[in-house]
Amino acid sequence: MPFDAANLLPILPEIVVAITASLVLMVDLYLKDEHKGFNHTLAIIGLLVAIGFTGAVGGGAQELFFDGNVVRDAMSDLLKGAVLIISIFAFVYAQPWLKDRGLLLGEYYALGLFAVLGMLVMIDANSFLTLYLGLELLALCFYALVAFDRDSPTGSEAAMKYFVLGALGSGMLLYGVSMIYGATGSIEFGPVAQAIAEQGTKDKVLIFGIAFLVIGIGFKFGAVPFHMWVPDVYEGAPTPVALFLSSAPKIAAFALAVRLLVDAMGGLQADWQGMLAILAVLSMGLGNLVAIAQTNIKRMMAYSAISHVGFIFLGLLAGSSQGYAAAMFYAIVYALTAAGAFGIMTILSRKGFDVENLEDLRGLNDRDGWYAAMMAIMMFSAAGVPPTVGFMAKLLVLEAVVRIDMVWLALVAVFFSIIGAFYYLRVVKLMYFDRPTTDAPILSSGGVRAVMSVNGLTILFLGLFPAALLSLCQGAFA
Amino acid sequence: MIALSDYLILSSILFCLAVAGIFLNRKNVIILLMCIELMLLAVNTNFIAFSHFLQDMTGQVFVFFILTVAAAEAAIGLAILVVLFRNRRTINVQDLDRLKG
Repeated sequence: MPFDAANLLPILPEIVVAITASLVLMVDLYLKDEHKGFNHTLAIIGLLVAIGFTGAVGGGAQELFFDGNVVRDAMSDLLKGAVLIISIFAFVYAQPWLKDRGLLLGEYYALGLFAVLGMLVMIDANSFLTLYLGLELLALCFYALVAFDRDSPTGSEAAMKYFVLGALGSGMLLYGVSMIYGATGSIEFGPVAQAIAEQGTKDKVLIFGIAFLVIGIGFKFGAVPFHMWVPDVYEGAPTPVALFLSSAPKIAAFALAVRLLVDAMGGLQADWQGMLAILAVLSMGLGNLVAIAQTNIKRMMAYSAISHVGFIFLGLLAGSSQGYAAAMFYAIVYALTAAGAFGIMTILSRKGFDVENLEDLRGLNDRDGWYAAMMAIMMFSAAGVPPTVGFMAKLLVLEAVVRIDMVWLALVAVFFSIIGAFYYLRVVKLMYFDRPTTDAPILSSGGVRAVMSVNGLTILFLGLFPAALLSLCQGAFA
Repeated sequence: MIALSDYLILSSILFCLAVAGIFLNRKNVIILLMCIELMLLAVNTNFIAFSHFLQDMTGQVFVFFILTVAAAEAAIGLAILVVLFRNRRTINVQDLDRLKG
């Protein structure tokens, strides 16, 4: 069968990212130590070009490529754009931190770009095989990135824990996939969905498989009770890696969940709805309650991430196109917020000093008013205070749940998000009403400040005018 | 003639052994890596058995991809293990308690 070169067109963004990553690997060999910053420039240019191509090849109805293994639809266009933009933020915030510590190496950019490639492949996937390969590419790069600071004992311990639990999650997912393959005879989502529609939903093998799929998704999202790795990895990883890990991969995980549960297993919605509901309630409850007790801000953000995963699941389990759109909106907004919050922590860190404890943010307003304002916006958005976009995201998700008559679930969510507001607002209080414990200057270049401003103001702007992003999200599931 | 269910029972036993090994093992990180490999092999057994009984090649192709990824995964796992040992002078699972999760 001849190969049709038109297949390559929709994956142009992936191709660009792959080429950039390979270029960085090669160019890095010939760069002197003082010129390592060139890798950064190269990576950013590559990602910008990829965004351009995403826009250029995007739009229009759903199309399948590579014999049905790859799909391009409205959802993949939007999610790819979001992942690429947030990855740019992550690289920009990371650069001064890496430079300070002598870690500005080509490997960081190569691994980071390959991780981005993995996310893009996951978003594009239309078969279990493509999805698995994307997922592993993402995960393998992140295992290495967490251990990137080679001399840090906590970094390597975090990497080991992440590796073991991540591999366990992938194993669970694969076991579920093998069961579904056995029950339906295909690994492409379209034929799988068709087979499920034909043979009904009573097949025990299928139910068995979907239970394992949900466990695997839970592991990848970090939902309770599969969350054990999240706080340790966030705390142990270098701050820029925690930044990266907490933002863009959440969007990819959302794509994973939608592709598996909606595209392939949509016919079994009644079965996975209950499982997701349990995960969502546990995540929101445990995440918010334990976050209050944390003094380490990275651990606090980790538990906050767990609680936000609960909200994303709320939108997914609604099972309506409105619910999926709300969950997608939530995932993108959460990734933006997490990138900004970790970005501030990265910026405030100096050589030999990392922002680890809540105390380190004391009196930030007196040291740098603008960054304090940006951090306050992130915290308000995470807590869901209007007019930031976090409020809008929570409202949409809750609306989707109420519409399927699960009012109790919405009440639980509201209850826990009120509890959660406490620890976000504590950060704001520390920044504005406490005296600074240090007067060390905050070193940051104009570029970093500009990107942080864009990040923070986007959250504010989207909160005031959510219609544009919202209609894109709804268009993806229309 | 060995029935499909026999293969599935074998693979589920392997899978349970692997998961039990990951959760019960308190001594050695290398055993964790072996358990992860065992888990992927259980999945492979499943795929091959289904592939044979469904008369469909896709499952076997999938197995090749899983094997390749498993090799890469083992490489990264061992690399992290080396870094860990250099920093901590131990690969005892119980000693990995610097982070409290």
